[in-house]
Amino acid sequence: MIISVASGKGGTGKTLVATSLAFSLKDRQPVQLLDCDVEEPNDHIFLKPVITQKEAVCIPVPKVDEAKCTHCGLCAEICAYNALAVLPDRVMIFPELCHGCGACSYLCPEKAISEEGREIGVVEQGDAGGIEFVHGRLNVGEAMATPVIRKVREYARADGLVIIDVPPGTSCPVVEAVKGSHFCLLVTEPTPFGLNDLVLAVETVRELNIPLAVVLNRTGVGDNKVEEYCRKENIPVLLTIPLDTKIARLYSRGVTLAEGMPETQEMFILLWNGIRKILK
Amino acid sequence: MKELVVLSGKGGTGKTSIVGSLAALAGDKILADCDVDAADLHLLLEPVVRQKHEFWSGQVAVIDEEKCTQCGLCEELCHFEAIKDFRVDPASCEGCGFCYRICPVEAITMKENLSGHWFISDTRYGPLVHARLGIAQENSGKLVALVRQKAREMAEGGGADFIISDGPPGIGCPVISSLSGAHMALLVTEPTLSGIHDLERVVGVCRHFGVPALVCINKYDINEENSRQIEDYCLEQKVEVAARIPFDNIVTEAMVKGLPVVQYDSDSPVSRQIKGLWRNIAERLAWN
Repeated sequence: MIISVASGKGGTGKTLVATSLAFSLKDRQPVQLLDCDVEEPNDHIFLKPVITQKEAVCIPVPKVDEAKCTHCGLCAEICAYNALAVLPDRVMIFPELCHGCGACSYLCPEKAISEEGREIGVVEQGDAGGIEFVHGRLNVGEAMATPVIRKVREYARADGLVIIDVPPGTSCPVVEAVKGSHFCLLVTEPTPFGLNDLVLAVETVRELNIPLAVVLNRTGVGDNKVEEYCRKENIPVLLTIPLDTKIARLYSRGVTLAEGMPETQEMFILLWNGIRKILK
Repeated sequence: MKELVVLSGKGGTGKTSIVGSLAALAGDKILADCDVDAADLHLLLEPVVRQKHEFWSGQVAVIDEEKCTQCGLCEELCHFEAIKDFRVDPASCEGCGFCYRICPVEAITMKENLSGHWFISDTRYGPLVHARLGIAQENSGKLVALVRQKAREMAEGGGADFIISDGPPGIGCPVISSLSGAHMALLVTEPTLSGIHDLERVVGVCRHFGVPALVCINKYDINEENSRQIEDYCLEQKVEVAARIPFDNIVTEAMVKGLPVVQYDSDSPVSRQIKGLWRNIAERLAWN
């Protein structure tokens, strides 16, 4: 079963929930954690995995064989991203604009275009004290996160529990990380920013037809409008975590809640039971 | 005219709260919200929308079931796994048009895609350019570029001194689009190991695109040892730490009231730090 942990707003506690849920369940069943926040992956800071395998993530970019090229211009005409420009005597390629769709090499009438891989990131796999750990890392300066996320998702096991830490936002990287999940937990905080971005995240997850519930983090400040919204929309709030400087300090040191305060493991197990109950 | 973009790498470090306060402190400026898929700045600025425009971007493939012979070639060739069972998943389709070109029975068309909207609004602190990317849409980078272009046109047309942009989290497409060509980046971080890890990556992005950076440590007192580590790192990277803002619930109280914290309680230690931060930024921008 795949459970994704998402939020519209960043910094609401996705990483805390994903890592603590994995940590609390690891002795009861096989757990795999996929960190799909490839722009800023943080789960490794908390789970300290021993990395055993690395795989480069490459996207295919065109390479033109000038001996075969007749400069007909078809490749530039069909490229939706303007990644090729054909001059009278040569072809210019802009690799950072290329999405790697493969159309130019397939359609070139002279078969003058081949694809060569350009590395944009890396996927690492390892063991974190019994949790099977996988994360992706986009190279600094690269724009396209989705191919790296897609590669991380390929590591998802068909059996057992798979927990996905999703990047913040509501656009294509979120969809790539969440789609195909059986359930989505949306982590938010009881503030106007938290509510605004929760509403957007709910729309996104509903668009994908995935059942969802809310985890409300740092309760005790802000207002109660998130709870009102959840009641109105019939969204279950499966877990609330109070604002507590002790939790914040643990987090700041890279210690996940369920490890630093083992008494909280019970509430993450209840969270998991709550999800299973909804899915029945 | 000088353009400042506020970034953080990690989300939730306080970018928008700080931009709201800078909006209240800075003189003649245009404000831009470049976080187009989870925009929050409007919650502090109460914009009155003056103009609303559609943002059409890219295309999505559509298969005509009547014409489709279910040969499967499109599904086999699509590099984005966007076609399954002879249907296109619009959320996965990147609009490359490969399927449209290779379909042997011309059953596929490319449809223009309404990806979102952008707005020009009035706020009590000056004009705001902002946008709303459609749910699950692509091309956030292009929408960010459009927001910045409009902000620049307005700043140049009206003789504004500054553009202040609230950036998105992360380091990918919309961040690069917010950053490239700006005069300065303010990086808001927090003294957590996650915050430090993410700061290092966003400092790398600033360097990659040649944009000078300033750092602001928010909630510096939740872990002073980590704050010292950030200061050491910044010293080593020759990046100035321009402010150390203490943790205080008044930031959330101000947000609930829909006000920038410098307006909500202008004498609080948080507000005093942000005022010093703005003086520092304005001075640096004048020199740059």
